[in-house]
Amino acid sequence: MNTPEYEKNNPADGTAAPDVLATPNAPPAVNVSAGRSAAGGGVPLVRLIDASKRYGSIIALQNITMEVGAGEVTCVLGDNGAGKSTLIKIIAGLHQPSNGIYEVEGTPVSFDSPREALERGIATVYQDLAVVPLMPVWRNFFLGNEVRKRLRLDIAFMKKTCKAELAAMGIDLRDVDQAIGTLSGGERQCVAISRAVHFGAKVLILDEPTAALGVKQSGVVLKYIVQARERGLGVIFITHNPHHAYPVGDRFLLLNRGRSIGYFEKAQITRDELTGLMAGGAELEQLSHELEDAGGSLADIGRELEEDISELGISGQPGTDANAT
Amino acid sequence: MAQTAEAPVAPPPRLDERISRKSPLARFLARPEAGAIAGAIIIYIFFFIVATPFRYAASFSSVLYVTSTYGLMATPVALLMIGGEFDLSAGVAVTSSALCASLFSYEFTTNAWVGVLVALGLSLLIGFLNGWIVVKTGIPSFLVTLGTFFMLQGINIALTQTITNQVASPDISTLQGFNSAREVFSASFTIDGVNIRTSVIYWIAFVIIATWILLRTRIGNWIFSVGGHAPSARAVGVPVGRMKIGLFMAVGLMAWFTGMHTLFLFNTIQSSEGVGNEFVYIIAAVVGGCLLTGGYGSAVGAAIGALIFGMVNQGIIYAGWNPDWFQFFVGVLLLGAILLNTFIRRRAEAAA
Repeated sequence: MNTPEYEKNNPADGTAAPDVLATPNAPPAVNVSAGRSAAGGGVPLVRLIDASKRYGSIIALQNITMEVGAGEVTCVLGDNGAGKSTLIKIIAGLHQPSNGIYEVEGTPVSFDSPREALERGIATVYQDLAVVPLMPVWRNFFLGNEVRKRLRLDIAFMKKTCKAELAAMGIDLRDVDQAIGTLSGGERQCVAISRAVHFGAKVLILDEPTAALGVKQSGVVLKYIVQARERGLGVIFITHNPHHAYPVGDRFLLLNRGRSIGYFEKAQITRDELTGLMAGGAELEQLSHELEDAGGSLADIGRELEEDISELGISGQPGTDANAT
Repeated sequence: MAQTAEAPVAPPPRLDERISRKSPLARFLARPEAGAIAGAIIIYIFFFIVATPFRYAASFSSVLYVTSTYGLMATPVALLMIGGEFDLSAGVAVTSSALCASLFSYEFTTNAWVGVLVALGLSLLIGFLNGWIVVKTGIPSFLVTLGTFFMLQGINIALTQTITNQVASPDISTLQGFNSAREVFSASFTIDGVNIRTSVIYWIAFVIIATWILLRTRIGNWIFSVGGHAPSARAVGVPVGRMKIGLFMAVGLMAWFTGMHTLFLFNTIQSSEGVGNEFVYIIAAVVGGCLLTGGYGSAVGAAIGALIFGMVNQGIIYAGWNPDWFQFFVGVLLLGAILLNTFIRRRAEAAA
């Protein structure tokens, strides 16, 4: 039943097909091996090979292949319901893939809990940030990893370390004793990221870290992503915003309805193409045809849209060279 | 990246000007037990004026005693509430434990201590089952423990009736080991002519231990986190299920202790006792600043909440009023405390 379903997923193909095929993959596709040299030639920290996930009869994720190496940022892009959350849950150890292989540093793994993934250095910063709003910042920072002197918490040390770690990330906090719920969204995000970094994360999974943030705060978070990469961490950056993903990403995995619609090295794709794929060029084209058919001023808008699409060289289909692995 | 080279420049250590605005009073009012302390002072002054006997040390010692019987249970109930759960069976569980100890050691003519240990096992088991059902099914603890409340109440009365043909357990004061058990659970001593029961000392000790656990240990951190936001706690590796079951078992443990105290004080136990006390424990915790939604509160607050109950309970008697007014006062206290706490928290948060 899988194959026909795949075709059903692209209903726009019929009308848009000629254009799609005609669209040249304008930037020359750089050889995959050349792109991978960015990984430092080492074994990727995290790699999924043909991973799928079913919940009963629902296929949440199908045949996903991706990887992230040390000092790299792999961006996972997709609209709501594309399977991003499922992908995170698999990598974070909350779920196991129904099929396919999940490798950490070259060895296949099967995690029973997020704790096991954490022990392998895979830390997840969820959208809700896994913070407890009513608890002080420093208690949140060390929650689950409390520093103790015998049975007692070493409160002075934890407060000092928390403040120092946050300062190293450039976060100037009024008081680490204040409830974390009183911080701004960007500050909370950064506390969560620096917490993961402090506890020796090798791979950082960031679940839509910029989704609820303003322009300036998003910029701050992107800066920390770059900083984490510079420190040699592998970052899996989940987002639906190609403008956030493109500047910081080394690889881009695009998801739609639980399937990969493209997996690119940075050199293989331009920002506009990425944006086009995310926006769903095929859907836009269909929209432009519909508008033109409507006539009147709507038709003008439709023609304008069509011009934009061809100008950007975007389409709903990934190029034939899209699947890098 | 150019900026990374400059990043390690640490901000100079200084007193942050942004936190100096918070006055000591605002800091005190932001504490969970602030409302309870204010309420306790008002009620003390009130009964000090209207009830003459209330002013004597001897009467205050009996206030403290009544307080301790509530406070022993209010402490673990407060921890459980901070952990995000309720236990409506806490009141009758005390009676169940006492009945179990007395009936077991009386019917099998064992040493009283054997009954005590069997009751301990039963109480921990009840706590475990409450917690286990809540954790495994995800059904709100309000409903689960409402069920166990009725079950225990039924068993208490029906089993006692079946075994003894009476509504109370037999007098066990003739049993071996009774006196030593009484020494442990229900002793009293005299200071300056004032009789003080050891349950008061136990209560204060347990409050100190609970406070220490909450604020100074990892377990305490975890209790706040499972009540504050369980998914977050789980995500950072806190064993949420085990924490909750453990908290229910702590309630069971203290129900056993309170039950043993009552049993060895009166030698016998009424099978219908304890109904309604679960609300007293919960209200003491709420008056003491525990949030109904979990994640916030203190053991000291619950202790002061229990003290308010003790003062009202005895104050009404010393004032010579009809004791039935107690129920009315309980309602007034609960409403007043909730309003005061909400008001204070809003003010404190606005000032912060």
